[in-house]
Amino acid sequence: MAMFWDKERETLRGKRLEELQAKQLRWTVSLAENVPFYRERLREAGISADDIRSTDDLSRLPFTKKTDLREGYPFGFFAVPRREIVRVHTTSGTTGKPTVVGYTQRDIDTWSDLIARNLTMVGLTADDTFQNAVNYGLFTGGLGFHYGAERTGMMVVPSATGNTKRQIEMIQDFGVTALHCTPGYALHITEVIEEMGVTLDSLRIGCFGAEAWSETMRHELETRLAIDAYDSYGMSEMYGPGVAFECTEKHGLHIWEDCYLPEIIDPATGETLGPGEKGELVITSLSKEAMPMIRYRTGDITMFIEDECPCGRGLRIARIMGRSDDMLVIRGINVFPSQIEHVLLGIPEVGDQFMVYIDRVHHLDEMTIDVEMNRSAFSGELGDLVGLQKQIQQRLQEALSLRTSVRLVEPGSLPRFEGKAKRVIDRRGDL
Amino acid sequence: MQEEYIIKQISVFSENKPGRLAAIAEALQKSNVNIFAFSIAEASSFGVVRALVDTPETARSVLEKLGFAVQFTDVIAVRMKDEPGGLHQVARILGDAGINIEYAYAYSGREAAVLILRVSQAGEAISKIRAAGGSLLRESDLS
Repeated sequence: MAMFWDKERETLRGKRLEELQAKQLRWTVSLAENVPFYRERLREAGISADDIRSTDDLSRLPFTKKTDLREGYPFGFFAVPRREIVRVHTTSGTTGKPTVVGYTQRDIDTWSDLIARNLTMVGLTADDTFQNAVNYGLFTGGLGFHYGAERTGMMVVPSATGNTKRQIEMIQDFGVTALHCTPGYALHITEVIEEMGVTLDSLRIGCFGAEAWSETMRHELETRLAIDAYDSYGMSEMYGPGVAFECTEKHGLHIWEDCYLPEIIDPATGETLGPGEKGELVITSLSKEAMPMIRYRTGDITMFIEDECPCGRGLRIARIMGRSDDMLVIRGINVFPSQIEHVLLGIPEVGDQFMVYIDRVHHLDEMTIDVEMNRSAFSGELGDLVGLQKQIQQRLQEALSLRTSVRLVEPGSLPRFEGKAKRVIDRRGDL
Repeated sequence: MQEEYIIKQISVFSENKPGRLAAIAEALQKSNVNIFAFSIAEASSFGVVRALVDTPETARSVLEKLGFAVQFTDVIAVRMKDEPGGLHQVARILGDAGINIEYAYAYSGREAAVLILRVSQAGEAISKIRAAGGSLLRESDLS
């Protein structure tokens, strides 16, 4: 029997859904008019909140791109006075500065309810114990899931990341029934328990997100951990995780249409695509108060699934198939190659040419960056080179929140690109 | 006075991958540069090839033409007795004088064994070694 957190809103369809969406869209656009960026764009498009009659008016609204958010750093996209903001998180920006996202108390409540919907949808209740093994702090996945899981009444173990043996010990000793982490980390835990020769008998559900994962990976995790594994989708610009989630059918992710108005577009032309057509997911927030987002280009490639879901909930999107831009997801952290370039430009001892290689070592993503030594900066001493290498790694870690390994290479040895550069070689394969 | 004992080593930045030493050696061969001694110092993915050659200027220009990053590094070259205790004799002089050896490599030639040293204070090292009766190579000895 399907379980619901908020059955009325989760199953809202047809005319009633459209009316709610139109009303919320009008509200969102009127809020957005408080943001200078949107005020300007809406004026250019010749549309204001009063002109919004139905969701059909969506196509008249301007798109918001990730690079647009850069202009607003830090609080330029907040649509409410500073004193109404109760929390901020950050996510990767496309260059030096991160994107800051803000929340009012009502946003935190809405977000927590969305997470609670997702967790209830896969069968979790107050009787469950939930281990949240993701990064807490500025990353939205930690606190987002934490608040949502608490809202369902579950006992939450805020284990955060690292110390895998201790994570395993807690799952065993606390009788943890549900685990939230990145799929890569779940596979790592799997390998460690297999090496230790132990099993996680209490565990029955895994919620995995923040990076794309395949059906092969699901099969591995489900059989080796004896759990049901569900895909979680979201992005910081839309609160964080909780935008869409799989139900127990495991066939597509329900996107919460009372809070998010989704479109699929052709990323090249911006043209709207129909169900079954693969394209870029574009989302307009319908309940975000602190930071409304109009037609936000997520960069994620997916499609709408047309048929009805037996669980009775509404629209689904297919599991994410890729990116329309060059964003990388490394151990759940978003990385833009432009961020790497930005760091290298600030280090005169190296050139601004680089190549990025991504591998999966023991199921965890590893990023290696080849950087050209600047001929004139070579002192002849090995120690200086090693120092430089460490300095670059440290600067990258500061900028990306990610440990990388940097290799200094000979000047002029990296490929030069005419036209579109292909600086990233992803060797992670399917699993 | 002491400057004549300072020798120009060529230091070449090289990636740690097959064929790089061959590329350097081939370039030197084609330009008729003779290598007296060389060593490789490596970090994880890259290293520095260090060499004493008869014509450092030529070596530098041909390697730079191939795209290598090249630097001259001041080193000293000390003749050692090619017998037990030869290295100890030189190392002790420097140790007693509190001069740190950053790196060293050696070759054993026809007339003597030679220890090539990169030290913290080259001038002082030269005077201490000479004062102790040691013998140093001049750059002219290599050409």
